[in-house]
Amino acid sequence: MFPVAKETALWLAPFFGLAFGWLLERGRVLDYNVIVNQLRLRDFTVLKVMLTAVVVGGIGVFLLVQMGAAQWHLRDANMGGVVLGGLLFGVGMALYGYCPGTGFAAAATGRTHALVGVLGMIAGAIAYAYAFAWLRGTVLAWWNAGRITLADVTGLPMWLLYGLLAVVAVGLFVAIERWEARRRAAA
Amino acid sequence: MSGVALPDAGLAAPVAAEAAPTRWNPYLVGAGIGVLSWLAFVIVAAPIGITTAGAQIAGGVAALFVGQEAVSANAYWARYPMRLDYGTLFLIGTAVGAFLSALLRGGLKVEHVPSVWAERFGPSIGRRFAVAFLGGAIIMFASRLANGCTSGNGISQSLQLAVVGWTFFVTMFASGVATAWLMFRRR
Repeated sequence: MFPVAKETALWLAPFFGLAFGWLLERGRVLDYNVIVNQLRLRDFTVLKVMLTAVVVGGIGVFLLVQMGAAQWHLRDANMGGVVLGGLLFGVGMALYGYCPGTGFAAAATGRTHALVGVLGMIAGAIAYAYAFAWLRGTVLAWWNAGRITLADVTGLPMWLLYGLLAVVAVGLFVAIERWEARRRAAA
Repeated sequence: MSGVALPDAGLAAPVAAEAAPTRWNPYLVGAGIGVLSWLAFVIVAAPIGITTAGAQIAGGVAALFVGQEAVSANAYWARYPMRLDYGTLFLIGTAVGAFLSALLRGGLKVEHVPSVWAERFGPSIGRRFAVAFLGGAIIMFASRLANGCTSGNGISQSLQLAVVGWTFFVTMFASGVATAWLMFRRR
């Protein structure tokens, strides 16, 4: 039964997208102020959303894979690309105040500056397509570690890593909530 | 721009948001994205992602200027051609979902310059638009270099404990915090 046929998936795609966009909007992460204040370490909404998604999503997907109901969809760890890309991405996100998904969704809620950033994204994608031939022979050829996970790197079993991740995330959330309560009391 | 009058929008915003029932708790939103990931892995076997579709759409835009032949000849667009596939339909759904969510809670608003930006860099629309365009271009270029953005790498790969996901998460966040510090520090 699952996964559904490709044609059925096409019909479902807008609804999955709709749920994602709805969650982002309700979660306040389509607000420039919220994202930039996360990078300024003043508002931890973005980290709460992302890390909870990773922990809840991760443990669920891990169990579903164990049950044979889902498959992993791992991508290559092309280290040159991901390290340089990640560093560059942070610079762009601080300037724009959005990541691609939130910027695109924010543009749909009337934020004109987010829409201008979407035009920038199209320009950036075109620039990348033209730079690709060169990048493929340089940055992307430096070190491709393949489809590896933290289990491959540490030698620890996946279930233990998910357990550790959950413990670290909850500890971090408790610390953030305490810090926010102190900040509110002081204001 | 009405938020400019707030003495510290970064601090005031989360407190005000807690009083507004139309916005959801960030942990709940994160868990919702996690559950959406379960469904995506099981039902359509397609993890949440944004920028692959963005690159495809950029190819469609580029074709308007340089012609379809030139785009098809490009090594990158040959790999990711413009078409209404799962990713592009998901992306359209994201924008519709954000729009509907904002519409139904009365959150649609035209915003040229967000308040946190205006406090630091002034009310100039041109300046905000120029930096938003530049930032948008950078995040898209960087996302393609890293083979994924905050959604595709930061959430969908990290939840599988993939090295590419966590490397992106950490480098993006560190670089974003450093850039925001440089932008917003008091000189």
